[in-house]
Amino acid sequence: MIEQNLSLLLVVIPLLAAPVTAILPGSRVPWLCTLIITWLCFLLSIWQLSVVIDGNIISYELGGWSPPWGIEYRIDALNAYISLIVAGIAAITLPFALRTVEKEIPLRQTGLFYAAFLLCLVGLLGIAQTGDIFNLFVFLEISSLSSYALIAMGEQRRALTAAYQYLIMGTIGATFFLIGIGFVYSETGTLNMMDLHQLLLPIYDHRTIHTGFAFIVVGIALKLALFPLHLWLPNAYKYAPSVISVFLAATATKVAVYAMLRIVFGVFSSEFVDITPTNHMFIVLGLSGVIVASIAAIYQDDVKRLLAYSSVAQIGYMVLGMGLATTLGITATVVHVFNHALMKGALFMACGALVYRVGSSQFDKLEGLGRKMPWTFAAICIGGLSLIGVPGTAGFISKWYLVIAALEQQAWLIAFMIVLGSLLAVVYIWKIIEIMFFHADSASTTAVKEAPISMLVPMWVLVIANIYFGLNTELMLSVANTAAQILGVSD
Amino acid sequence: MSDLHLLLIAVFLPFAGAIAITFCGRWPNLREAITLITASAVCASVVTLFLHFRDGARLSFDIVEPIPGISISFELEALGMLFALVASILWIVTSIYAIGYMRSHGETNQTRFYAFFAIAIGSTLGAAFSGNLFTLFLWYELLTISTYPLVAHAGTETARRGARTYISILLTTSILLQLLAIIITYVVTGTLDFRDGGILADKLDPAWAALLYALFIFGIGKAAVMPFHRWLPAAMVAPTPVSALLHAVAVVKAGVFTVLKVTVYIFGTDFIVESNASDWLIWFAASTVILASLIAMTQDNLKRRLAYSTVSQLSYIVLGALLASNASVLGSALHISMHAFAKITLFFAAGAILVASHKTNISEMDGLGRMMPLTFGAFLIGSLSIIGLPPFGGLWSKWYLGMGAVETGQWIMLSVLLISSLLNIAYLLPIPVRGFFGKASDGSISGRINEAPLSCLIAMAITSVACVLLFFYPDPFYELAMDFAGVK
Repeated sequence: MIEQNLSLLLVVIPLLAAPVTAILPGSRVPWLCTLIITWLCFLLSIWQLSVVIDGNIISYELGGWSPPWGIEYRIDALNAYISLIVAGIAAITLPFALRTVEKEIPLRQTGLFYAAFLLCLVGLLGIAQTGDIFNLFVFLEISSLSSYALIAMGEQRRALTAAYQYLIMGTIGATFFLIGIGFVYSETGTLNMMDLHQLLLPIYDHRTIHTGFAFIVVGIALKLALFPLHLWLPNAYKYAPSVISVFLAATATKVAVYAMLRIVFGVFSSEFVDITPTNHMFIVLGLSGVIVASIAAIYQDDVKRLLAYSSVAQIGYMVLGMGLATTLGITATVVHVFNHALMKGALFMACGALVYRVGSSQFDKLEGLGRKMPWTFAAICIGGLSLIGVPGTAGFISKWYLVIAALEQQAWLIAFMIVLGSLLAVVYIWKIIEIMFFHADSASTTAVKEAPISMLVPMWVLVIANIYFGLNTELMLSVANTAAQILGVSD
Repeated sequence: MSDLHLLLIAVFLPFAGAIAITFCGRWPNLREAITLITASAVCASVVTLFLHFRDGARLSFDIVEPIPGISISFELEALGMLFALVASILWIVTSIYAIGYMRSHGETNQTRFYAFFAIAIGSTLGAAFSGNLFTLFLWYELLTISTYPLVAHAGTETARRGARTYISILLTTSILLQLLAIIITYVVTGTLDFRDGGILADKLDPAWAALLYALFIFGIGKAAVMPFHRWLPAAMVAPTPVSALLHAVAVVKAGVFTVLKVTVYIFGTDFIVESNASDWLIWFAASTVILASLIAMTQDNLKRRLAYSTVSQLSYIVLGALLASNASVLGSALHISMHAFAKITLFFAAGAILVASHKTNISEMDGLGRMMPLTFGAFLIGSLSIIGLPPFGGLWSKWYLGMGAVETGQWIMLSVLLISSLLNIAYLLPIPVRGFFGKASDGSISGRINEAPLSCLIAMAITSVACVLLFFYPDPFYELAMDFAGVK
């Protein structure tokens, strides 16, 4: 019993704390409040994963209404794992937030900022926890709406256009998703995911179901910025406040990837997917995303935009793993969700540190900065190596499984494209490194100091995690295996 | 101390040294003392390991296992022992040389130089002691990355461009071809361990062997088989000690070392012969030997000429591996050490000339030998050893490579080796000859002796003497090479 109730707290605590935070005065008090809440969530999610990792399932009936009528929270290893990523990144981001928020967000908005942050956290955790497809939509909207607000708080006025662009695209996505749910509901009369799974089995040949499925997939694809629906992402990441770039890059798209996994394989099933062109679509779009976005990243003149395009490419890898639809493919996706959160978290934090000191993430402002900020620079190097997928880093593990998954199906071309993607990553990471380390100092960087310790520590926690999880993969692999079983994917 | 500890010290002490060097950057004397002490300690542990190894000590252990079935593991094995011995001995010598060179050449960023140098050597030793292909790949990549700051050291536009060529070719080949080959090997065999007789023999369809082998040979870009050789001349923008140790010994030899390991322990020489995997690849190696020598003749810049000479010499080793006979593999393994001592002497001399007279082009060196007799003497000894004349160590490796060609009936390959020796004479010997007997056109050469700093001379003297000693006492390297090639 205690397990069910504690699990719900993961969503309830930040939800209740958000309005309280909004009215707290000053900048430190709301920060401290948010810090405590996020760490509480983090501890809860660790505990939750430890309960369900062996295959147990926690089921909580909201309001005592039993499913399929009431909303059910159904936690298996995959849910708990995604929640752990979200809560973990939030907890590590918060110490980093203190200094940058003080610098980038006006004092009177600080409380609101942290409240929006908490709401975003609620939304993301809720998506990960819920077992009800409509409830998932609600949380998706909570997280999206709060992130529009968070992005709009960016320092430059262009943050407003970026947020507006994201708002339009995100709303289209949400609408598609909702229409899809409507179609499915009209055929089955249920919104519970487990129930849907059962009821959908005999009606896989219905047109309505196919239409609903298409709407849902396109809707989530917009949210996860699957190429070519990614256009909102680079600007949103670039103009958002530094902390928000870190948090969204490391969690938001990952949660959308989870939603895609859960709905495509959990609500529908691999049998259904086999009678639709979904797999081919995922493979083609995933691979084009990897190649096109990586090439686009090479031509950026701003670190944040470069990393944003790199995120689009990395999402391509995750979708590709889904498209391969084997145990290994799903393993690669699930592992990469975690690893990408680690590497992008570290890289965007380093980026935030640069912005904190120089006030810009344009390349021409960063020349020679690597010598002034050696720790930040080293973090970029290691995070970059992980992104490339050099052995010994977390990034290697996901690439490895992805390539093996492709080779297992004799898909030589796919395997080759994956390593080609790594190579393109080398080019854009190297561009950053060369500019920061080997170019002569530009005028604006002469008196720059290393980033403050409160930013370096979280950054390096993630950097070390990149190496640690490149060497010890027990956690991720056991979750990935369980996840593949839960989602009913087999070879 | 057990062998396990010694091995770990040899691999990881350079990294600790690099950290210490970084923190002592403000005190040059202390910093260089740390370099020397680290180098000596590493060398001592490698030599001790070698003595134990000769008494029959064998060792293999895992550190961690990131992916089930694939671990990061270390192993004490003959070829690795040979490579580690060469690298760690020459690190001390190069450190002595570097101190004189860097100071009198007034280089900037010396702390960074010494730190990354130590990291590069640690990576090299890691590669040498790798217990499986995965671990070897890991160190191979780390070596590429850690040498980048050394190549780009000067920080000028030319240096950056050279370094970009360097890193892009090495990473492209290793990620696109070598990593793919490694993954395919794993998918086919389910393991990446080094085993006597190879792991692919019964698992891989012989028809695919040639393709996979080609992925490895070209993917190991550090072996500089044409057309993937351009990074080596490009890397000559680096300070001379870097060119000397890394681009004549550590980096390039890590390449051919990987080729030999893959040939013997992944494919197995028997499997290569049975499946004809190397039939057309030997033509690439053979043409690299000849073409690189021909290009070397056209180079006026001394370091570039030496770089092309290295390209050519590396393909000797690759050729020996591709011939896949006992004698040729023995010759290849031996050539790792023999070429290392000879080529490093040549680079030392090139650097000494640069420091003392600021000359980089051969056409300006007429008569310079009379001002720098020791340097040019060392250069002569190094050249003769490269050419493979007695009484210099280079003879032995060429001898066995030739024997390998005869054994396998590859007469064309034998003639390639011989023609290449003639070409070696043509592009190396004119340099000391012009130095000693030439007449300077611009009158810049006076009769006064003007040698390089003492530490440079000491380093050159050590390696030249080693070239001679290796002719009379090649035993340590010879035994290890025999052990590796399976000649009893």
